[in-house]
Amino acid sequence: MSGAGPPRGVAAPGAWFLVLPALIPILVLSVGPLLYGILLAFTDAQSGRTAATRWIGGLNFSDLLHDTLFWESFRIGLVWAVGVTLPQFLLGLGLALLLNQDLRLRWLARALALVPWAMPEVVVGLMWRLVYNPDAGILNETLRDLGLGEGRDWLSGLATALPAVIVVGVWAGLPQTTVTLLAGLQNTPRELHEAAAVDGAGAWRRFRTVTWPALKPIALAVTALNFIWNFNSFALVYVLTNGGPGGRTRLPMLFAYEEAFRYGQFGYAAAMGCVMVAVISVFLALFLAGRIRGGDDA
Amino acid sequence: MRTSPAARVGQYAALLAYLVFLAFPLLWLLSTAFKPPRELASLHPTWIPIHPTLANFRQAFDEQPLLHAAFNSLLAALGAAVIAVALATPMAYVMARHRTRLARAATGWVVVSQAFPFVLVIIPLFLVLKNLRLIDSLPGLVMVYVVWALPFALWMLVGYVRAVPVELEEAAAIDGAGRLRTLVSVTAPLLAPGIVATALFAFITAWNEFFFALVLLKTPEKQTLPVILTHFIGAEGVADLGPLAAAAFLATLPSLVVFAVIQRRITGGMLAGAVKS
Repeated sequence: MSGAGPPRGVAAPGAWFLVLPALIPILVLSVGPLLYGILLAFTDAQSGRTAATRWIGGLNFSDLLHDTLFWESFRIGLVWAVGVTLPQFLLGLGLALLLNQDLRLRWLARALALVPWAMPEVVVGLMWRLVYNPDAGILNETLRDLGLGEGRDWLSGLATALPAVIVVGVWAGLPQTTVTLLAGLQNTPRELHEAAAVDGAGAWRRFRTVTWPALKPIALAVTALNFIWNFNSFALVYVLTNGGPGGRTRLPMLFAYEEAFRYGQFGYAAAMGCVMVAVISVFLALFLAGRIRGGDDA
Repeated sequence: MRTSPAARVGQYAALLAYLVFLAFPLLWLLSTAFKPPRELASLHPTWIPIHPTLANFRQAFDEQPLLHAAFNSLLAALGAAVIAVALATPMAYVMARHRTRLARAATGWVVVSQAFPFVLVIIPLFLVLKNLRLIDSLPGLVMVYVVWALPFALWMLVGYVRAVPVELEEAAAIDGAGRLRTLVSVTAPLLAPGIVATALFAFITAWNEFFFALVLLKTPEKQTLPVILTHFIGAEGVADLGPLAAAAFLATLPSLVVFAVIQRRITGGMLAGAVKS
């Protein structure tokens, strides 16, 4: 990166004129609603009677503190987010290293990887319902063929539902992580690898001293974003289980959605949103602090 | 670099496992879409339809207003893509070229906005749109999509602007070209492919979007394709599998085509944003 010099390119006075078209919608339709949303968390706003909304201070938050269903959903959200993000990163890194090699079927892997990435989440959910279908699904039939038991109703089982949706989450996000990490790998100069190899460095040593330092900023950014997106995800699980069975897959977003748009509790749902933002912000702050301490990013 | 034969075998085994994991549900979706009812009801499903049929596609169109929904999705996605990119491009230019406090604040906002749970934004937006009588309307949905697309549009475009050498602009300035002239005749042509890629990416994300559409659109005639698709799941969670598969397959085709065209540029653009911000 170039250092902080005088501004370059077209001179500054016109800048405001260029910025306003985007800045106004951002302020009016994004920053404004966000602040409004935080305000709503301190009111008893309900969908039916927004006119008579009263300020109730921290009541929503103290209610939320005692709402065991919400914390259960929060726990499920964390299990889901970690359960999806970690394999996405580990498998994605392994696959990126693999696809960076000279392999014959590499093109096929890359072409196929586009499909989950481009698919609407709703379609991914519907598709996996077909796979998991207890009678007509291919998963149970394959398990029967392999002699691995009679199979079961994966999405309806109390114990199997969350793992089953996590598998779908990994499937949906793995290609994107892989392709991004692969692009990062291809930005590292080949000569460095060859020089290290000439110096007698083994595969693991080359990875540690050459590949990883170059890849780290991208890997951290990808993982942080994946975690946040996964924690906030909605459509996939809405289509797969709609939070069931018995709330075992009710992610925080599904909980807040029901609270807001089925029961009309806007204030309470907004408070949930605030708690989610707070937790994610703490996570993000810790993560970015680590990234800066690493000192390898401009 | 040489790789031992054992390592090669391991590599191909891993690649094969990945391909199977990726292709397994996709092939099943295709197979289900072309199966007649009798084969769908079979307790021992087969991979390949024995009597392939197009009946599921016909039935899917009969059961749900798929064409109308696709048209709604097309309007929403086109509107969102064009407006978002038109608004974002000038701002991205400023963010990429000037290290002002504004540019830094905008970059911060781009990062932070990725962390919002949508529910915190949609409730106030719902109230605002309700007052503007824009609930259950495509223009209302487009407004939401534009704002939602702006962060990543800025993110990608900043990367593309940085890839245009500033020296070219300086050379044009020395040759006596004005600021506007420089932007239009030097910068814009070099930026065009990036702008197109960003617009197409915004198009796909809007085409695929579900949450905002679910909340904002109530009447079936207004609903977009992803929302209509969920109607294939019956009230009891029982679904008509054949038409469901057929409709799901059709809904994916447009984004798949667009995505295949721009995939390389997206990865490049997002990486540039991630590394250089």
